[in-house]
Amino acid sequence: MAENVPANALPASLLEAVGLTKRFGALLANDHVSLAIRAGETHALLGENGAGKSTLVKMMCGLLQPDSGELLYDGAPIVFPDPATSRARGVGVVFQHFALFDALTVVENVALGLAGHEPLATLAARIEDCVHRYGLSVEPYRRVGELSVGERQRVEIVRCLLGNPRVLILDEPTSVLTPDESESLFRTVDLLTGEGRAVLFISHKLDEVRRLCHRATVLRGGKFIAEVDPKTETASSLARLMVGAEVPRTPRSVTHALGEPRLLVNKLNVAGDGSRGSALHDIHLEIRAGEIVGIAGVAGNGQTTLFEALSGEKPVVDQEAIIIDKVAAGGLGPTERRALKAGFVPEERLGHAAAPDMRLSDNVLLTTHGDGEIVRLGIIRRSALLARFQEIVKRFDVRFGGKDPKARRLSGGNLQKFVIGREVLREPVLIVVDQPTWGVDAAAAAFIRTTLRQKAAEGCAVLVISQDLDELLEFTDRIAVMSEGRLTAPVPVAETSREAIGLAMGGAQAAGEGTHAA
Amino acid sequence: MPLRLERQENVSGLRLALAPLLALVFTLIVGAIMFVVLGHDPIRAFGIYFVGPLLDPYTLQELVVKAGPLLMIGTGLAFCYRANRWNIGAEGQYVAGAVVGSWLALVTHGTDAGPWVLPAMLVMGALGGALWGLIPAFLRVRFGSSEILTSLMLVYVAQLGLDYLVRGPWKDPDGFNFPQSVTFDANAVMPLLMDEGRLHGGIILALVAVVVATFVLGRTLVGYSIEIGGSAPRAAAFAGFDERRVTYGVFAVSGALAGLAGIIEVAGPIGNLQPSISPGYGFTAIIAAMLGRLHPVGIVVASLVLALTYIGGEAAQISMRLPFDVTRVFQGTLLIAILAADVMVRYRVRRVEGTSHA
Repeated sequence: MAENVPANALPASLLEAVGLTKRFGALLANDHVSLAIRAGETHALLGENGAGKSTLVKMMCGLLQPDSGELLYDGAPIVFPDPATSRARGVGVVFQHFALFDALTVVENVALGLAGHEPLATLAARIEDCVHRYGLSVEPYRRVGELSVGERQRVEIVRCLLGNPRVLILDEPTSVLTPDESESLFRTVDLLTGEGRAVLFISHKLDEVRRLCHRATVLRGGKFIAEVDPKTETASSLARLMVGAEVPRTPRSVTHALGEPRLLVNKLNVAGDGSRGSALHDIHLEIRAGEIVGIAGVAGNGQTTLFEALSGEKPVVDQEAIIIDKVAAGGLGPTERRALKAGFVPEERLGHAAAPDMRLSDNVLLTTHGDGEIVRLGIIRRSALLARFQEIVKRFDVRFGGKDPKARRLSGGNLQKFVIGREVLREPVLIVVDQPTWGVDAAAAAFIRTTLRQKAAEGCAVLVISQDLDELLEFTDRIAVMSEGRLTAPVPVAETSREAIGLAMGGAQAAGEGTHAA
Repeated sequence: MPLRLERQENVSGLRLALAPLLALVFTLIVGAIMFVVLGHDPIRAFGIYFVGPLLDPYTLQELVVKAGPLLMIGTGLAFCYRANRWNIGAEGQYVAGAVVGSWLALVTHGTDAGPWVLPAMLVMGALGGALWGLIPAFLRVRFGSSEILTSLMLVYVAQLGLDYLVRGPWKDPDGFNFPQSVTFDANAVMPLLMDEGRLHGGIILALVAVVVATFVLGRTLVGYSIEIGGSAPRAAAFAGFDERRVTYGVFAVSGALAGLAGIIEVAGPIGNLQPSISPGYGFTAIIAAMLGRLHPVGIVVASLVLALTYIGGEAAQISMRLPFDVTRVFQGTLLIAILAADVMVRYRVRRVEGTSHA
C-alpha cells in the first residue's frame, strides 16, 4: 500500500527524530540522525552492529537523552525523561532481552508492568482479547518458565499492546524465532499497521525487511546513510548501503578430503537441573577434520547444555562419552580439553566468553593461559600477551575506542570477532561455536563464516550451534536438529531443505508443547 | 518521589582514585562535628589526634608498629575480596594464629631449644590462621553457607577459646592469677630493629608480603584466576578455573597472613599470650583493604592512615580524656564513607516518576 502513495502525500509522522546526536567519550554513536516513523507503516532500521541503532532506539524511548537534536511526537517537540513517560505517551518497545519472571504466570508478569491495580481475571480477559485480535497465541495462565522463546516474545508484545501504543518498536524480534513463528509475527505486524499504528522494525535479515517494511532507514558508523523503499531494493543493494561495500558471500564448501574424526560424542546424557529443555538425552555425533557440522534448533532445547558439556564446564560422568582427537575427554576440565587443541566460543559474549569489566587484553588470557606461550610457570608474560592481543585485533579487524578498553565497551560484532579470533589463533583442531553471528552485522558475520570455512579447509573440525537456519544452510556441510534435548542424525546440506529442517524444529517443538499441556 | 541508582558506564580512573580521599575528608567533617558535640575544640582535637603523633620519633615508630599487622592482614584480605569472597573473620584468624604459634613458645619455655623456635612459631601461626580461615571456605564450598556470617562467628569462637586457654591450662603459674601465659623466652620473641622503641622485624615480613602479593595478584595466573573469579564467575569457569579451589586458596592466604600477624604481635610488642591481643586489627584491616582499593601498595598507605587513628586515639585518651571508642567511630565512619564514595563514583542518583518494572 504505502509504496504506491506518492511522495507528496506521506502519511503523518507519529514519532520523528530530528538531528539526534549522542556521544560516548570519543565515540560519536549518533551523528545528526533523523528518522520519521509514520502512521500505518512498518519502518525498518538497518545497520551493522555499532552503527548506532540501539543508541537511536534508546533515545527515542527515553532510556538515553540526546546531546543535541530533538524528538517530535505528532509534530510537536517532546522530551522523554525516562521510558515510563514514553510508554505513557504511546511508544512501546520490545527489547531483544526479555524482562519476564520465569516463576510467574503470563498474566502476573503483565500485571507487574502496569500502573494501578487491576484484578487478574479482568486483565486475563484483556490479554485474551488482545491475543485474539492480533493472532498472538498466548495463554494467560501459563507459567513463563514453561514458554518457548517465541512465546515469551509474544508475551512482551502483548504487554506492550495493552498500553495501546501508537508506536511499537521491535528490537531484532526475529532473531529468536523459527521460520513459522516469524511468519506469524509478520501477520501481527501487518494487523497493527493496518490499524494505523506505526512499527519500527530493527533487523539484520534483509529478506524480512524487504517482505515486511514500507520504508527503511540505513545507518552506518552512527550516520544517517539513506532512507529507501526496501521493496524496490534487492537484499544485496541494502547490504551494500549498510556496509558501504560489496558484502562477500561465504565461499561454498571447498572440496577437500575429510580426515580423522576430531570429535566423537557417544551416548552423552546430562541430567537436567529442572529448568526447561536443559537435559541432554543420548546424544551421538561425529565430526571429522575438514567438515563443518551445524546444529539447528530453537533456543532453550539443550544447546547451551550441550555446549557446556563439550567445553568441559558441565561435568560429564562417562569418560568415553566425549572423545576429542582420539582422547577420552568426558572427565576433563576446560583447560585440559583446550590442551587437546580444542577451542570453544560460547553464545553469551559478555560474562561467559569474556569478562565484561576486564580489559580486552586480559580477556585474551581467558582461553590461552594453558597454551604455554603467554603464561609460563604461572607467570603472565605481558609482552607475549600484548603481542597476541594486537595480532587478534589486527587480523580480525576488531574495532574499539581507546587503547585497551573493558570488554563491555565493545559492540557485539567486534567483541564476537575478538572472541573468534582468540580461538582461531590458538590453531585448534576442533572448534565448537555457539551462535557465531548472533547480533552481529552482515559484514562481520560473513567474515566469521569465511574464517570458520577456511579453518575447516585447513583440516579443523568445526561444530556450529545456531538458531539462524539460513546461516547453517549457507556454510555448513551437515546439519542436525536439536529439540527437547535430543539430536537428530546430521544430514548433508545438499540432501535437505530449509522446509524439512524447519519442520523438524517446529514439529519437535509442537510435540514438546503437547507434553506440557498434558 | 522514588530515587534510583544508575550504573555509570564511563567512570574515569581519576574519579576512582579520588574516592578514598573524598571519604577521608568526609570522615574528618564528621569527626569535627563529633568533637564539637563532645565539647572540644575540633582544631585542637585534630592536632592531638592526627598531627601530634607525626611530630614525635617515638610515636612515628609506633605508627609503623601498628600499621604492620593492618597491612599484613589487609593484603591477605585483598585476595579474598578480589575474588568476591567476603572474609570478615580476619580477627579470628589472627587469634588462631597467635594461639597455635604461642603453643610452641610455651612448650619450649625454659628449655633453651635454640634459634629455630621463632621461625617455627611464625610458620605455625600462619598455618593456624590458614586452617581457621579454611573453615568458612569449606562451609561455603560444601554447603553454600555465607562466608560473611560463618567467618564472623568464628571470630568469637577463637576469642573465647583464647580466653579459656589463658585463664586455664596456659595460665602462668607464677602470674598472681592474672589471665596470661608466661613471658616468652628470648628465642621466641621478634627481634627489635632499633635500640629504642618497639619497632620489630614484623614490619619487614609485612613488606615482603606486600611485595609478593603485588606480584602474585598483578603478574601471575593465580592472581588472574582470582580477579576473573570475582569479576565474572561464569567466564572464570569457562576459562577452566575451579571456583572451589579459588575459594580455598584465597581463604588460606588471607587466613595465613592474619595468623602470621597474630603470632608476630604476640611474639613482638606483647611478649606473652593474654585475653586481648588485638585492638581490632582484623576488623580495621577490612577498612585498610577497602581504602587501599584492594591493591597491596594502596593498603600500605591506608594502613598508615588507620594506624594514625589508633595512635591519635591513645593520645586523645591521655590528653583529652576521650574514650578509645572515638577511634572506633573514626574507623567506622571511614568505612561507611569509602563504601558510599565508591557507590557515588560508580553510580548516579536519578529521580524516577512513577514505578517501572521494564
